[in-house]
Amino acid sequence: MLNFKTSLKKTALSIATGSLMLGMAMSAPATAKTFEPQQVTDMLHLVLESDRTIYTKKVVKRLANKHKVIKATESFEDDKSLPLPAQMFRFGAEAVADKTDKFSYSLLSLWPINKQNKPTTELEKKGLEYINANKGKNFYGEETLGGKKYFTAVYADVAVATPCVGCHNNHKDTPKKDFKMGDVMGGVVIRIPLK
Amino acid sequence: MSRNILFWLLWLSGTVAIGGYLTTTMFYNGDRSSLLIGKTTSGHHQIELSCNTCHGNGFTDGDTIQKACLSCHENELKVSKDSHPIKKFRDPRNAARLEQLNAMKCVTCHTEHKPELISSMGMGVTIPKDYCFKCHADVGKDRPLTHKDLNFEGCASSGCHNYHDNRALYENFLEKHAKQPEMKLTQLINNLNYEKLSEEYGGLKRGNPLNRTEANAPKEHINQKLLDTWHDDAHAKNGVNCSSCHQPNKEKQAWIKKPGIAVCATCHKEENKSFLAGKHGMRLAPNMLQSKADPFGLFKEKKLSPMRPELARLPMKQSAHGTELTCNTCHSVGKNNHKFNIQKAKVQACLSCHDDEHSKAYLTSPHHELWQKELKGELPKGSGVTCATCHMPRIAVEDEYENEVFIITHNQNDNLRPNEKMIRSVCSSCHGLQFSIDSLADPNLIKKNFHGRSAFKIESIDWVLKRSSKPEENK
Ligand code: HEC
Repeated sequence: MLNFKTSLKKTALSIATGSLMLGMAMSAPATAKTFEPQQVTDMLHLVLESDRTIYTKKVVKRLANKHKVIKATESFEDDKSLPLPAQMFRFGAEAVADKTDKFSYSLLSLWPINKQNKPTTELEKKGLEYINANKGKNFYGEETLGGKKYFTAVYADVAVATPCVGCHNNHKDTPKKDFKMGDVMGGVVIRIPLK
Repeated sequence: MSRNILFWLLWLSGTVAIGGYLTTTMFYNGDRSSLLIGKTTSGHHQIELSCNTCHGNGFTDGDTIQKACLSCHENELKVSKDSHPIKKFRDPRNAARLEQLNAMKCVTCHTEHKPELISSMGMGVTIPKDYCFKCHADVGKDRPLTHKDLNFEGCASSGCHNYHDNRALYENFLEKHAKQPEMKLTQLINNLNYEKLSEEYGGLKRGNPLNRTEANAPKEHINQKLLDTWHDDAHAKNGVNCSSCHQPNKEKQAWIKKPGIAVCATCHKEENKSFLAGKHGMRLAPNMLQSKADPFGLFKEKKLSPMRPELARLPMKQSAHGTELTCNTCHSVGKNNHKFNIQKAKVQACLSCHDDEHSKAYLTSPHHELWQKELKGELPKGSGVTCATCHMPRIAVEDEYENEVFIITHNQNDNLRPNEKMIRSVCSSCHGLQFSIDSLADPNLIKKNFHGRSAFKIESIDWVLKRSSKPEENK
């Protein structure tokens, strides 16, 4: 457990926004507060969700939908357009995966446009179903993958801006065409390895 | 001494001697060809005796081998916008998949020394062709209109998909270029303005044009012809003086009579990098060693010799045997001449060695005809298609800060395998997408150097159009 908590500290250190809270904890005497996995994934999720919403609203919605000066498309390099919100999210996740295995995250859905984004583990499926049925609640659990134990948290990914709904409902690969504002469209899965 | 003891002593000394010999050969020096555990792929055969390059100092560590793969191929993968980069598989949610197919390691699919496993695609891929199945098993269900009941052996061999490089095959690209005619209206090679671009990126220009009186070589090294050919060529015009190449470091160096690759590379950096990554220069890449220095000073480090045509697996002309491949092999015009020829390196130099069907057929090909017309001034610059146009094209690569840099790649493999890599960098200058895909899919047409028409029609574009016109049937 000690080991686990130190590794968690390191994890927390690498999270930009978490650093403020951590700063307070670190400035305390030697009996510094340590973090439970759930607190860490909750903090991580706040960062991810905020960045994701801001990109969709301040970049995609403003430039593509309001001013119509540029589109957001999957082949954004060739199209000279904006990356999709889901791509921005994945690029971040992949960059993190290249740097550390102390945590990982992904954006999944039970109705994925990209079939690689459907749940692959039992817990992912259970988590996505839970957050869909219990609006406003998060899902937490543990699972063993490749012989390693993980703390896995699933958070709802909600249609927070009109482009979310518009783009998904009209995409040729979407299995669901009736998303409405405020709907749960998928989930953010965050994992932390347990020792 | 009993016979038994004698026997044991003999056995022991024999073992030590043979073991010592093998170890020394393996790690330091000697004839290693007897140690090869199987024929190497055509990609690596030139460097197969530099064991250390891939195996490091030991033979067990998979990480060492993986690092070796990436040390040569990582950049190429990045430039090709790899569809399956390693970072995609790091997320632990892939654990179950990785147990079936470890996509984090190159050697999972590209095993060396096992020629019997190489698939007919000639790509150095050594696993069953239906590997896509492991992750994309549901594609028939997800795309019933086009992918229902398809055989997974065809994904990568049908002309539709590649595992790594799909820049000219991905769906939106196919859709966007679906309706292109066989021949485009203007048929000019995408001649990126190389001079201007290279200026922007640090540039090859070293100073103002130099005249004959400014040549700074000692008298004994100069004659009129050298002076004239230097003066009329790009080097003098861009301020490159005699000493720039023959004595780059005046304080520490004597006059170099025949400057080698290292000198060229000081300015032609990216060209050199790609040369060392390709089939002509790979033997000269750093860390390609024929023998290695040992701790006791018994052996000295010795690099592999430059490539020679007789070492190649492709048919080469007898008359070229013995020629060592360096910059000058293709770019020098001849003795006592300082003109560095870029024309010669486009066709003539290639055909002085290469003797396979495709190479020989070039001279009667429509591409060659265009080039002849360009040379005669009957067609504008950029109309002709030479060996170099396709095999050493001008391409954009990224430097370490992800800035785009334009280079003439000297790594002919970089846009050759799989050959769809050529579509964007070369074919698309003049030809439509369907025509290009079809032509590259016909091995016979390639042998005839594109004299004639493809016997194949690749259906990928039709399928894309089918899907986009009936989206509702895709669930
Ligand atoms: C311009 C189109 C577009 C917009 C806007 C957009 N998406 Fe997506 N979204 C996609 C595409 C396409 C994918 C699949 C991309 C991939 O994985 O490469 C995707 C993926 C997803 C996924 C993962 C599952 C799947 O469908 O593959 C979720 C969840 C998701 N989007 C939710 C949202 C939410 C919530 C918003 C608004 C904040 C949003 N999307 C905005 C097009 C869009």
